[in-house]
Amino acid sequence: MIATMGTQLGLAYAFVEREIALSKRYWAWEIVWLVYGIVTSLSVAYIGLAAPAISGGQVDDAAVSRFVLYLLVGTIAWRFLGIIFENIGEVIAWERWEGTIEYTFMSPVPRLTHLLGMCAATLVRALAFSVGILACVALFVPVDLSHANAVSAIVLLGVGALAFVGLGIASAAFPLMWTEKGLQMAYIVQAVVLLVSGVYYPVDILPKWMQLLSVISPATYVIRGMRAALMDGADLGSLWPEVWPALVVGALSVPLGLRLFIAVERYAKRTGRLKRSG
Amino acid sequence: MATEIATRTSEPVVTTFGRDALVASGVVKAFRSDNKTRRAVDGISLRVQRGEIYGLLGANGSGKSTLIRVFSTLLIPDAGDVRVFGLDVQRDELAVKRLINRVSVEASFFKKLSAMENLVYSGRLYGVPAAEARAKALGILRRLGISSSRVNEPLEKLSRGMQQKVAIARAFLTAPMLLLLDEPTTGLDIRSKREVQTFVRDLRIEHDATILLTTHDLDEAERLADRIGILHDGRLVAEGTTEELRARYGASGLEDVFMTATGRRLEDADAPEETTP
Repeated sequence: MIATMGTQLGLAYAFVEREIALSKRYWAWEIVWLVYGIVTSLSVAYIGLAAPAISGGQVDDAAVSRFVLYLLVGTIAWRFLGIIFENIGEVIAWERWEGTIEYTFMSPVPRLTHLLGMCAATLVRALAFSVGILACVALFVPVDLSHANAVSAIVLLGVGALAFVGLGIASAAFPLMWTEKGLQMAYIVQAVVLLVSGVYYPVDILPKWMQLLSVISPATYVIRGMRAALMDGADLGSLWPEVWPALVVGALSVPLGLRLFIAVERYAKRTGRLKRSG
Repeated sequence: MATEIATRTSEPVVTTFGRDALVASGVVKAFRSDNKTRRAVDGISLRVQRGEIYGLLGANGSGKSTLIRVFSTLLIPDAGDVRVFGLDVQRDELAVKRLINRVSVEASFFKKLSAMENLVYSGRLYGVPAAEARAKALGILRRLGISSSRVNEPLEKLSRGMQQKVAIARAFLTAPMLLLLDEPTTGLDIRSKREVQTFVRDLRIEHDATILLTTHDLDEAERLADRIGILHDGRLVAEGTTEELRARYGASGLEDVFMTATGRRLEDADAPEETTP
């Protein structure tokens, strides 16, 4: 049992090592994405700083500072979750583009191990990017984390990561089914989740039908909980109403996403869609 | 009698296979495209014995690559049964994968990674530790005529011929019991072709590997294969040793055999690529 687990971990590590090697070779693109993340996060933070000028009203410094933090927590948490969703969602599309997909699917690696390896590599990348972006933004904009409860925030990020891993695995199946349009479909799913999850605003302001979507988005709970943890120092006990729904989504989406992926893989093998293209 | 085959990735594969490395029975694979269904493989049955080099000869579009994909678990056949060392390619998919490897006509790699990075990654997927993979890869590449000074260059900087040699090294690195070579020398110059052919023959002897080779190079088929099967329109229309085929068709060479068996010359029969989606 332990030997088998060790073997599977070794196989999963192959994907982590490969992703690290690819990041080194595509270093210029990594810098592009990092700079893009910093610039967009900084732009959002400046919207917060400009609140008094934009609203034309009296907004005290404390309220501005809180508003900036509100926006920053949303943008950086979304960046973290978005990277997980995108990278896992691109597992198939990327290999199709490189032309290696048949070799990966022909190797004696269980699909669960393959996807776990890719998820591990993605989590490392998402964490590194998010910390890098937060550190750079903090150089330009005052970020008051004096009340933050770091443990609560880390737990929420972990729960959010689990939920987005499941969603990402399910989205990765799209390019297996639709070789050309699959990835675009995954991006549409991501865009809708961004809209309804309260990344930059409370979900209460959304139309009722969109609020229904926000209920099933794990990002709604993760970002709301992150704000409570980082802005008001909420502990895990008080954050339970945000933790359990995201946990439920993760507990459901990971096995369902994996089942969907395996079913679609069989469909692709029946219809010849694994063949390289692009 | 059950036989245990040692593999790198986990517990040994236990199987019953006698002398047969690969047995295909009535394999059918069709694809739909533009509301038309085309049978790329149409009821093929063949048997490859352990240690044998079996050459599948056919024009483009004759079903060679589709058949190789079925054997390598990348396509699920519509009908028929395929067994690799007694294991069913669908039911025992993971165990079969541990026993096989494939070289396709396209050298498919992570193009920005070096030959060595690609090979170490591939080795890991088959349970070969990185240090062992590096040492083995260097040895195989050297025998294929690639100097160690090139192995750390991004693959996209290597010529098509060199990339194909790295693809061959990738397959041999994992010491497969059954090696599926799908037109491995297409696009190589004469010298590289000969190096690859010599390497394939040597490794069959050294590693007791069974090799299924598809080609539309008559000379290559004759040079390497113990037995040859001729594919035409998804069907196996002739099978035997070169001598048997010559005698059966009263032909002086494989070219005449091909022409008599299929009604066409190999060059003329080279239609556009198979229309898998």
